[in-house]
Amino acid sequence: MREKIRLVVQNIGLPRIIIISFLLTLIFGAVVYKIPLDALTTDTLVRFGMNGVLVLAMVPCIQSGTGLNFGLPLGIICGILAGLISIEMNLVGFQAIFTAMLISIPLSAISGYFYGVLLNKVKGSEMMVGNYVGFSVVSLMCIGWLVLPFKNGEIIWPISGKGLRTTIALTSRYDKILNEFMSFKIGGVVVPTGLILFFFMACFLMWLFMRSKTGIALKAVGDNPRFATASGIHVDRARLIGTVLSTVIGGIGIIVYAQSFGFFQLYQAPLYMAFPPVAAILIGGASTRNAKISHVIMGTLLFQALLTIALPVANKLVSEGNLSEVARIIVSNGIILYALTQAGGGE
Amino acid sequence: MGTQTILEMKNIEKEYFGNKVLKGVNLTVKPGEIHALLGENGAGKSTLMNILFGMPVIHSTGGFNGEIIFDGAPVSLKSPKEAMDLGIGMVHQEFMLIPGFTITENIKLNREITKHNPFSRVMGEKLKTLDTEQMNKDARKALDTLGIGIDEWMKVAGLPVGYMQFVEIAREIDKSNMKLLVFDEPTAVLAESEADTLLAAMKKIAASGIAILFITHRLDEVMSTADQVTILRDGELVATMKKEETTVMQLAELMVGRKVEKLGKEKKENTQQEEIIMEIRNLKVGMPGEEVKGIDLEIYQGEIIGLGGLAGQGKIGIANGIMGLYPAEGEVLLKGKKIQLNNPKASLNSHLAFVSEDRRGVGLLLDTSIELNIVITAMQAQKKFLKRFGFFDQMDGKATREHALKMIEDLDIRCRGPQQITRRLSGGNQQKVCIARALTLEPNILFVSEPTRGIDIGAKKLVLDLLVKLNRELGMTIVMTSSELGELRSICDRIAIITEGKIECILEPEASDADFGLAMAGEYKKLRSKEAVIS
Repeated sequence: MREKIRLVVQNIGLPRIIIISFLLTLIFGAVVYKIPLDALTTDTLVRFGMNGVLVLAMVPCIQSGTGLNFGLPLGIICGILAGLISIEMNLVGFQAIFTAMLISIPLSAISGYFYGVLLNKVKGSEMMVGNYVGFSVVSLMCIGWLVLPFKNGEIIWPISGKGLRTTIALTSRYDKILNEFMSFKIGGVVVPTGLILFFFMACFLMWLFMRSKTGIALKAVGDNPRFATASGIHVDRARLIGTVLSTVIGGIGIIVYAQSFGFFQLYQAPLYMAFPPVAAILIGGASTRNAKISHVIMGTLLFQALLTIALPVANKLVSEGNLSEVARIIVSNGIILYALTQAGGGE
Repeated sequence: MGTQTILEMKNIEKEYFGNKVLKGVNLTVKPGEIHALLGENGAGKSTLMNILFGMPVIHSTGGFNGEIIFDGAPVSLKSPKEAMDLGIGMVHQEFMLIPGFTITENIKLNREITKHNPFSRVMGEKLKTLDTEQMNKDARKALDTLGIGIDEWMKVAGLPVGYMQFVEIAREIDKSNMKLLVFDEPTAVLAESEADTLLAAMKKIAASGIAILFITHRLDEVMSTADQVTILRDGELVATMKKEETTVMQLAELMVGRKVEKLGKEKKENTQQEEIIMEIRNLKVGMPGEEVKGIDLEIYQGEIIGLGGLAGQGKIGIANGIMGLYPAEGEVLLKGKKIQLNNPKASLNSHLAFVSEDRRGVGLLLDTSIELNIVITAMQAQKKFLKRFGFFDQMDGKATREHALKMIEDLDIRCRGPQQITRRLSGGNQQKVCIARALTLEPNILFVSEPTRGIDIGAKKLVLDLLVKLNRELGMTIVMTSSELGELRSICDRIAIITEGKIECILEPEASDADFGLAMAGEYKKLRSKEAVIS
């Protein structure tokens, strides 16, 4: 019996067991405080779908050995830019959102390429450098958003007539278009079918990629670069592919996120956007060297459920201040810290 | 008696995890004597020295048996610091110097001479000023003793390696209580003229009454400098003798001598009509620590050729260079066709396969399944085990699984199944996975480096048997690199001994122990060519 428990603990991993028990406590708390569970479930499902693609963006980077992609804001900014272009083109509905995704791909690919070249020059400290690449790009684009020649009145400041707004509403464009696609209601729970389908579709494509020749080469490079070289794999190129792919998925991810959120947020908003996905995939069981699709799904679900449920429960518990926000930051950064200390571990 | 011997080590025994590496070794050193310690890699020289220095590795692995008497009194050394306090010094093989400091500062590090200043009188000892003048004088004296003309105020960074070695020695002899100095292969990195200066300096130091223990592979140095010679082999004391009573030939024989067990292998019959499969011309490989400095070799179809020699002489670099893992230049022809060097993919595509000496570092994906480990190189280099769908390809799971199961059965890999990750396998089974991966490439030539390193004796025999089987039954050409001469002699058809990055000679496995000993010490050509001239 004890052996069995030990095995289960080993399979799921101690951090996940702690998180799951914490989550169960929170659900129990929600029931006690009579917070409607169906609304919480709906919220969790929506957040799961909207964050999932961003978390998925971590996979190619980890697999190819560049670690967690702290430079994700780079892809996010490309995605936002593409989204704005689609509005500037005055498109609406599915046409608009898919055009935005299509435009984001070349933008992300090009910037991801240069980011990858940089990461190949700083082997060993990719995560730190990536972090600062993200910060720098966000700051640089703060100027960019002010000078970019957009004309559409929905995007620019109404009075001055130039410079972009800090938040751009998507109400008239593609607000919640994926969420509402084929969505249905069970009891009080609304299932955002289109959103979750899109996320699973992306996961499936990624799974296929990981089983292709290139995908396996990526994994070999991440596992053991010297082995990969001896097997005739071009290590730097594989890392480049991983980085480009991660940036591209990050770009698509923010468009999915924005349509559910209802707004594009510019300027400082993307600054810390890499941290929640990083925390999520680590909660899911990934390490800085190994990540699977199952880690993405499990991690996103756990992390988002935790945030969704912790917020109202904490508000009931301590009514003043924003304790829930503090708790969220402690959880996400604590998990990142824990995982990074395990980074060099192995056996 | 106290003055007669400075160091006596009596009946020293040491085990590492049940593996006896020293089996009752005695060593006696007199003051002012140069005592040479000879032996192959793994003969137990370093372990003996680690015991003498009380290195932590000895005590963390269960200590040792036996007695050490230093300067007339029994001692039990628990740390290198104690050894130093007693007056035992060590000149390291890797330089333990701080590059940004001057020679004086390096020599006097942590033994600085200080003088009082107003602050230190008030605030205490820690704030005393360095007496640079006195320190420079001491350093100068030590350097002069060695007969070396470098300035003591120069920075160590940028000095030629030979000089660094001298700085290291100067540091040791500057210690006033020095009684015994150990030189661990001091001439390995030196040019010939530098080595001569060093040997002269050693004689000078010995003349001043300090005893010297001199670890080396070079027999001529032993003959020119040592007074006494002790030879170790497989952890046993083979002989202790005066230099005058021995010859280079005898030393060589004693160093190598061991029974050669045949692994049920008969000499091949058709030796005359062998066809050259690979020609290596003037191959140079820049592999750190195993540099190859120009090798010409012809490899025949269907043979097992061994590459032997001492560690650091370049034998490991050959296969790594041909496989494109380290920068190489020269020409390698496979069946008359040139192979592009410095390109692992080109080598793999020419159907050359390599089982690396660094099994865990290069040979395996430790956190990946056995089956993927076996097929991955063939998949990446030769596009096997893939299904194509237009622009997209997918790993062929079924073919992979079938192939892996076949290999697991053929090579008798003990595992829980093809999905198990390789980290959990034993060394021998890991090695078999590496070999399976190489075989999946359907190689023309199989390069195997140190196939038995770090695996237990039973598994060793299985791996060697497997190589012989591949050779005899499938006619595969095998190039095997190994530090274990006995192993090479038991399965190879020819053995090339590599010294200092070049081929010293190619010997039959049946050649005498003396020949192998001479070849490994780099004396074969010199002596044999002399003989040829005389006869």
